[in-house]
Amino acid sequence: MIETPLAVPAGAAKVSLFRRLLTHPTGVVSMVLLVLVALASVLAPLLATHDPNTASVQQVLAKAGSGHILGADSAGRDVLSRLLFAGQFSLAGALLALAVALVLGVTAGLAAGYYGGWFDSASSWLTGLMMALPGMVVLLAARAVVGPSMWLSMMIFGVLLSPAFFRLVYASVTAVRNELYVDAARVSGLSDVRIIGRHILTVVRAPAIIQSAMVLGIAIAIQAGLEFLGLGDRNIPTWGSMLNDGFINIFKSPTLVLWPALVIGLVCIALTLLANAMRDELERSRGPVKKSRKAAAAEAAADAEGAADKRGAAAVVHADEPSEDDGEILLEVTDLGVAYDQPDGSTTHVVNHVNLTVRRGEVHGLVGESGSGKSQTAFSILRLLPQGGRITGGSIFFEGKDLAQLSEKEMTQVRGKRIAYIPQEPMSNLDSAFTVGSQLMEPMRVCLGISKAQARKRALALLARVGIPNPERTFDAYPHQISGGMAQRVLIAGAVSCEPDLLIADEPTTALDVTVQAEVLNLLRELQDELNMGVILVTHNFGVVADLCDRVTVMQTGRVVETGPVRSIFNHAQHPYTRQLLGAILEDTAPRGQYTLKELKGVTS
Amino acid sequence: MTDALLDIKDVVVEYPSKGFRKKPFKALKGVSLDIRQGETVGLVGESGSGKTTLGRAVLGLAPVTGGSIKYRGQEISKATRAERRVLSHEIQVVFQDPFTSLNPSMTIEQILTEPLTVRKVGRQAANERVAELLDQVRLPAGAAHRLPREFSGGQRQRVAIARALALDPKLIVCDEPVSALDLSTQARVMELFIEIQERTGVAYLFVSHDLAVVRHLSHRVAVMYHGEIVEWGDGEQVTGAPEHPYTQRLFMAAPIPDPDRQAQHRADRLRLLEQQREQDVQAGVA
Amino acid sequence: MYRFVLRRLLSGVLLLFVITTVAYLLLYAGGGDIARRIVGPTASDAQVALKASQLGLDRPLVVQYWDWLTSALTGDLGRSWFNGQLVSAGVSSRLSVTLSLVLGATIIAAVVSVVVAVWAAVRRGWVDRAVQLVGVLGFAIPGFLIALGLVSLFALNLKWFKATGYVPITTSFGGWAGTVTLPIVALSIGCIAAVVQQIRGSLIDALRQDYVRTLRARGLSFNRVVYKHVLRNAGGPALAVLAVQFIGLLGGAVIVEQIFALPGLGQITVAATGQGDIPVVMGVVVATAAIVVIVNLIIDLAQGWLNPKVRLS
Repeated sequence: MIETPLAVPAGAAKVSLFRRLLTHPTGVVSMVLLVLVALASVLAPLLATHDPNTASVQQVLAKAGSGHILGADSAGRDVLSRLLFAGQFSLAGALLALAVALVLGVTAGLAAGYYGGWFDSASSWLTGLMMALPGMVVLLAARAVVGPSMWLSMMIFGVLLSPAFFRLVYASVTAVRNELYVDAARVSGLSDVRIIGRHILTVVRAPAIIQSAMVLGIAIAIQAGLEFLGLGDRNIPTWGSMLNDGFINIFKSPTLVLWPALVIGLVCIALTLLANAMRDELERSRGPVKKSRKAAAAEAAADAEGAADKRGAAAVVHADEPSEDDGEILLEVTDLGVAYDQPDGSTTHVVNHVNLTVRRGEVHGLVGESGSGKSQTAFSILRLLPQGGRITGGSIFFEGKDLAQLSEKEMTQVRGKRIAYIPQEPMSNLDSAFTVGSQLMEPMRVCLGISKAQARKRALALLARVGIPNPERTFDAYPHQISGGMAQRVLIAGAVSCEPDLLIADEPTTALDVTVQAEVLNLLRELQDELNMGVILVTHNFGVVADLCDRVTVMQTGRVVETGPVRSIFNHAQHPYTRQLLGAILEDTAPRGQYTLKELKGVTS
Repeated sequence: MTDALLDIKDVVVEYPSKGFRKKPFKALKGVSLDIRQGETVGLVGESGSGKTTLGRAVLGLAPVTGGSIKYRGQEISKATRAERRVLSHEIQVVFQDPFTSLNPSMTIEQILTEPLTVRKVGRQAANERVAELLDQVRLPAGAAHRLPREFSGGQRQRVAIARALALDPKLIVCDEPVSALDLSTQARVMELFIEIQERTGVAYLFVSHDLAVVRHLSHRVAVMYHGEIVEWGDGEQVTGAPEHPYTQRLFMAAPIPDPDRQAQHRADRLRLLEQQREQDVQAGVA
Repeated sequence: MYRFVLRRLLSGVLLLFVITTVAYLLLYAGGGDIARRIVGPTASDAQVALKASQLGLDRPLVVQYWDWLTSALTGDLGRSWFNGQLVSAGVSSRLSVTLSLVLGATIIAAVVSVVVAVWAAVRRGWVDRAVQLVGVLGFAIPGFLIALGLVSLFALNLKWFKATGYVPITTSFGGWAGTVTLPIVALSIGCIAAVVQQIRGSLIDALRQDYVRTLRARGLSFNRVVYKHVLRNAGGPALAVLAVQFIGLLGGAVIVEQIFALPGLGQITVAATGQGDIPVVMGVVVATAAIVVIVNLIIDLAQGWLNPKVRLS
C-alpha cells in the first residue's frame, strides 16, 4: 500500500470506546435518544394516561385534544399510551432476536475461525444457505406454520441474523489467528481458551457491538414490517400494528400513521448513527497503528537510539567532484521541500532543502534509512506523492522545465516517456485484473501512439530482453501466475518501454532473493548503458550502491548529509552519520569463530 | 559436555494441499542438524528454501510428518499443548516483523507478563521481572506502560527479545529478527543478541536470508535450498570457502560494499557461473 | 472458464434443491396440527382426521415430499387449500410484477451508486462527506417508511402519481411507469445507500494500491487509471454487495406491494400466510429461491469475468 507518513500521537493512552464516543456529536445525540425511548417504554405504566387496550366506541379516531394527547386509533384506544406500551414489546422483541443472533453467531464464528476443519466448512455452507432467502419471506413462511406469536418470530429472526455475526467474528478470528503474536502466545504455551480470550475476543468485541446496533435496527424494522402486514400478534400493542391501523385509516385520520412512523424511524436512525459513530471512533483509534511504520521510523531517527549526537553535525558536506567527461545535466533539484498535512491540522515536513543533480549516463544512488525522505524525494520528482503530500518549496528542473510547477496534464506527458519508475514490491505493482501483456501494451500505446500489433511485437521483444524465458506465455499470464522475480523484470520492461531519459528505481531489488538480485542489477546496468539513461537508485543497501552507482547522496531525516562520487563516499566519508552507516555494514566483519564452552559465563548444566 | 541441546534428524514437514487428490506440499524433505548449548547455528537460504519452516517445526508451529526433533534427548516434534507449556521454559522465539509480533492493544508490561502468567508467577514477582527484562534489553523502565505503536521498529524488536527471555530459555529460535530493521539499528540489535548469549549462555537457531548477518553471528552455518540442507559446517568454512555449488553461487551473489572490489567480485561471479555451467554440461545435467 | 460456469451452475442447482427440501420438511412437519388449524379449534377429531386425509397430510412426510417433488419437476406445484387454484398459475402471474419492481430497483441502484460513489471517492472533501451523510439516512430509515412517506407526499397530497393499482407494461408503458415509479424509488433508496457506501469504500482502498501509482508513472492519466483499472478491481466487492441487497429487495418488495396495492408475489404470500395456505407459501418459497439462485449465478459469472483470480482458481 502507498503509505502516508503520519505523526505518532505522543503517549496515546488506552481510552475506552464509550468515553471516546462521548466526544462524537451524533454518537451522543443517538445514545440520548435511545435511552429516552427505552426509559419511556420501561416507565410506560407510570407515564401512560390510559390503558393501552381499552377500546371505546365513542373515541374512535378521535383527534388530538384534551382526552387523548395524540388522538385515538380506529378502536378508540389512546395513541400515546399504546406507543409507550408498544415500546416495551417492540424493544424486547428486538433484543430477543439480537440475543439469539449473538449467541449463535459469535460462538460458531469463534469455533469455526479458530479451529477450522469440518466445522468451518459446515458452518460456512450453512451460513450461505441461511442468507440465500430474504428474511421477510422466511418469516412469512414460518408465520404460516407457527402462528402469530411475536416472540417466536423474533427468535426465528435471530437465527436468520446469526450469519451476520458469524461472518464478522469468523473474519476477525481468521485475520488474527495467523498473526505472529498469536504464534508467540502458542510458543509460550498458552491454552487455546486463554489465547481466544486474550487476543481474539478483544479484536472481536468492538465490531460485534457495532454490528449489534445495526442488527437491533433491522430487527425493529422487520418486526414492524410483519405487523404492518397485519400478521403480528393482535393482542399486544406494537408500533407496527399501530402503523397498519394508521395506514388503513389514512384518509379518515391522516396523522394517525405519523406517530408510530416517527418513533420507528427515529429509533432506527439513532441506532444506525450510533453504529456509525462507534465505527468512526474505532477507525480513528486504529489508524495510527497501520501507518506508524513510516512515522515510527521518523521518530526513530529522532529518538534515543543515538541519532541525537549525529544531528548536531547537520552541516551538509560535499566531497570533491572530479572532472570527467560528464554527460549533460538531466535533472537538477534545488532546495526541495515536501510536507504532509495531518488530520489534526499540523504539518509534517519529510524533505527539507534537498539538492540533487543527475547527469545523463550516471547512476546516482540515493541512500538512507527509513524516514530519511529518499523515497519522498523520488516521488516528488514524478509528482506522485500520496494523498495529503505536497511540494512546499524548491525547484525540479528537467530538460528545461520546472516539474514542480507543471500542471497535472503536462506532467502526464513527461511520465513514462521521459521519466520512468521502477517500484519496490513487484506483485502489488501489477493490476491483478489484467494480463501482463495488456499492462505492458496499454501505456506504450498511449506514450508512443503505436497500433496494437506494433505494441504487442514491442512488448514481446522487451520481455525477451529482460531475460524472461518464455515471453509469449508471460505475455498472456496474469500477475498472480508469475513469480516475484519475473514480475520485477516485467516492471523493468515496462519502465524502459518508451526509452526514457531518466529512470527512478525505488529499492528495485529489496524484495528479491540475493541470487535474483544479482541478475536484476546486471540487467539494470546493461539497460542503462544501452539507453544512456540517467538513473536515480533509491536504496539502503551499500552493496548495491557499490555495484551500480557512480555518485551517491546520503540522506537523513529529510536532509542531504553527504554527496559525492562513489569512491569518495566509501573511502573518505566525512559526515558522522555516513560513517555510522558505513560502520554498521557487516560484510567485512570477522565471522563468529569457533564455538567453545569456555567463552560462556554463567552456563548452567 | 558436548551433548546436543537440540537434535534434528531427517525431519519432514508436509502441508496438506487444498484439492481432493492433490499431493501434499513438502516444505522440508529430510533435514538434519544439531545445536549445542550456548551455540548459535545460522540457517540461511532464499525464499522457498524451508528455513522458516524448520524454525517453526522446532517451535511446534509446523506439521512434522517424519523424522525426529529431540530436545535434551526428549522427542518434541509431536508435543501436545500441555507439553509445549512445559517446553516454553526452554524454547522461545523472536519473530521477524516487529510490527505484528506484538499485540497492538496490549501494553509492554502485559506483553512481557503474558508468558509469566502461564507459570503462575505472582504480581509482585512479575513486575520485578518486567523491570529486569527491560534493563537487559536496554529499554527505559517507563516503557512498561506504553503501547507498541509508540515505539520504533528497533525498540519493538527489543521488546520481542525481552518477551523471549522472560522465562530464561535455553534455546531461542530467531526467525529473521533483524531483516525488517534499518542498517544502524540492525547492528545494535545484533550486538544485543551476542551480549545476551555471552551473559546467559542461551543458544540460538538464527534464521536469515542475509548472508552477512548469519556470518557475523553464527558458530556453525547450514545452507538450505528447496527444503534440504545442502551444506552444513563451521561458519568460517561455509561462508569463506563453500563447497556446494549452490552455496558458492549464493555467496558470490551478495554484492560487496566497495566499488572496486565489487567490480572484481562481479567478474569472479560470472566466471564461477560459467564454470558451473560447463560442469553441468559435462555431467550431462544441463 | 467453462469449468467455472459449470461449477457455479451445479452449486446453484444444489442450493435450490436443499432450500426446497428444508422448506418442505419444515412447513409440512406440522401434519395433524395443520389440519386442525384449518378446520378450527372447535371441530371434532373425526373432522380433523378427514381434512388431514383429504389434503394428504396423514401420509409419512417423506412420501408427501417425494410426491411434491416429482410433480414440481413437471411444473405442478399443487393447489391452494383455500381456493383450489393452481399454485404455479398464481405464482407465475404475479412474478412479473414483483420482478419488475425488484429488477428495476436493482438496476437503478447499481447505476446511481456507481456514479455517486465514483464522484465521492475521487473528489473527497465536502462532496464525500455529504454523500456519506445522506447515505447513512437512506440506509437507516426502513424501506417501508420511505414508501409510506412517498405515498403520502407524492400520491395523496401532490397527486402526481396514483397511489394504488398496477398497469401491465404490455398495456401501456406510460401507465406502467406511473404505477411502478414510486415503489421502485422507495425500494432503491435503501439499496443505493448501502451500495454507495460499499463502492466508495472499495474505491478509496483501490486508489491507495501500489499499482495505481505505477500505472500513472507509466504515463496513464489519473482518470484513465480510475475508469479502466480501479473500477474493475472495485467491481468485485460491489457486485457482492449488490447480490446481498437484491435478496433484501425481494423481502422489501412484499411490504411495498401492500402499500401500493400491486398484485405481486407479496400479495398472495401475505394472504396465504394469514390463512395458513401452505402449498401457496411453498410455491412462493420455491419461486423466490429460484430467482435468488439465478441472479446469484449471473452475478457470479460477472465476478468471474471481472476478476481472473476467481475464474482461474
